[in-house]
Amino acid sequence: MSDMSPDHGNTTAHDYTATEMMTVTASRALTNGTTCFVGIGLPSEAANLARLTHAPDTVLIYESGTLQTRPDVLPLSIGDGELCDTALSTVSVPEMFRYWLQGGRVDVGFLGTAQIDRYANLNTTLIGDYREPKVRLPGGGGAPEIATNSREVFVMIKHSPRAFVEEVDFITSLGFGRDGRARDDLHPETARHIGRGPTLVITDLCLMRPDPDTHELVVTSIHPGVTREQIVDATGWPVRFVESPEATPEPSEHEVSTLRELKARTERHHSGHHEEKSA
Amino acid sequence: MAEFLSLHEAIARHVHDGDTVALEGFTHLIPFAAGHEIIRQKRQNLTLIRMTPDLLYDQMIGMGCASKLIFSWGGNPGVGSLHRLRDAVEKHYPAPLEILEHSHAAMACAWEAGAAGLPLAVLRGYLGSDLPRVNQDIRHIDCPFTGERLAAIPANRPDVTVIHAQKADRAGNVLIEGIIGVQKEAVLAARRSVVTVEEVVDSLEAHPNACVLPAWAISAIAVAPGGAAPSYTHGYYGRRNDFYKQWDAIARDRDTFRQWMEDNVMTVEEGVSA
Repeated sequence: MSDMSPDHGNTTAHDYTATEMMTVTASRALTNGTTCFVGIGLPSEAANLARLTHAPDTVLIYESGTLQTRPDVLPLSIGDGELCDTALSTVSVPEMFRYWLQGGRVDVGFLGTAQIDRYANLNTTLIGDYREPKVRLPGGGGAPEIATNSREVFVMIKHSPRAFVEEVDFITSLGFGRDGRARDDLHPETARHIGRGPTLVITDLCLMRPDPDTHELVVTSIHPGVTREQIVDATGWPVRFVESPEATPEPSEHEVSTLRELKARTERHHSGHHEEKSA
Repeated sequence: MAEFLSLHEAIARHVHDGDTVALEGFTHLIPFAAGHEIIRQKRQNLTLIRMTPDLLYDQMIGMGCASKLIFSWGGNPGVGSLHRLRDAVEKHYPAPLEILEHSHAAMACAWEAGAAGLPLAVLRGYLGSDLPRVNQDIRHIDCPFTGERLAAIPANRPDVTVIHAQKADRAGNVLIEGIIGVQKEAVLAARRSVVTVEEVVDSLEAHPNACVLPAWAISAIAVAPGGAAPSYTHGYYGRRNDFYKQWDAIARDRDTFRQWMEDNVMTVEEGVSA
């Protein structure tokens, strides 16, 4: 498990949003030198913040085939030219999934999701019944195998009762299954290749980790200014807390300003036409 | 052997009603010009395959070209839903759309298996996922050496694959650079293939390990400058991320969508549409 305690800048930020708190906390979870398979959106923001602050040698991999990429702005899509231009190498998508992910080269799979449940199962497929969905979501993409073939998985998602449900409508990507036991008793050959699954869930209110025995997600750290009641209200099952939850450290000025600069650069980059040569 | 054709002729000759068609491109090099030509030629009842159906498949589905979609992630990257895809799945408009969904890892393997002439792809995938419960094409086999249970899905073998690439030489050899996705596999897995290119050059000047498709592995080449826009062509032009954001509002409403397609696709010459 990653170390949450190192010095991330001397001055505590005075003013930051709950989302910034979430992103900074998530970035701190990545230790320097980690090989991270990055999902688009919030995980991409946090992983790049880590690279720009305490973890400059973090290796970022995106499923479009960009290996060890160092984008200057956050990609809007998983296959933006920026990712290829700043990568060590760009491989085909079959190679990415077969050699690099399934081949066991990924330390951390960093995922977002639409829904997560008590046993950290992820749903990005749909709300409602499969044949007559209430809301059709984009689907699995890389996540089902990122969730199982990475050594461990971090999940980033904003806390709300719609997102944190007792049981997901559809398991797109495995956490620990509907009974919390899906990673137990696997064929030894599968067990040798399959990762530990979600080890950390980062929200805008708290950190959650699976209970070592039952694999139920429990609150292990509470963000500054957040009450237990807020977390209980925003969680769709009777959520439990460890005996003495930690207080999540506040972000530093340096982290918040680095994140804001990154987002401002990104906003400028994506707001105009970019007809110039991309190579 | 690759034949140089106009885009109109290439689509007319190689894409037929009822075909299984793949217009591949992993965010990069999406063959918009060719897809728009398919829409203008009013192809119907297509089975569309693509890992990441985005705006182009949203347009083809919304215009009634497709009856089935095989995919692994259907969204507008970084923006949200594909509203025409959702309308077809949720409300059966403009026609019901059968969907068969996979994960990226499985689809990538299915392309490789198709290119390799194998009947199936094998992967350590779908563990604990509900996807095998809703997709009959996701099955399992036991490894004959270790006994491990592995996921198996059929190889992708489309009637025709359509891709966009940077350039062809005068003999019809094609160079693909940047995020190469599954384009090589998708062409080699298909019975026929159409490649649109930014330009034709005297020499590809490709380094020894470059992604090059030989002329004898391609059916037709059509020159379509800007043919990947609003996605991008590495080395030529960037992705119009602003348009991807605007598409959300255009596609959300049936009439707005229809009008946009009339103005920007149906009534324009090949190769110059948005």
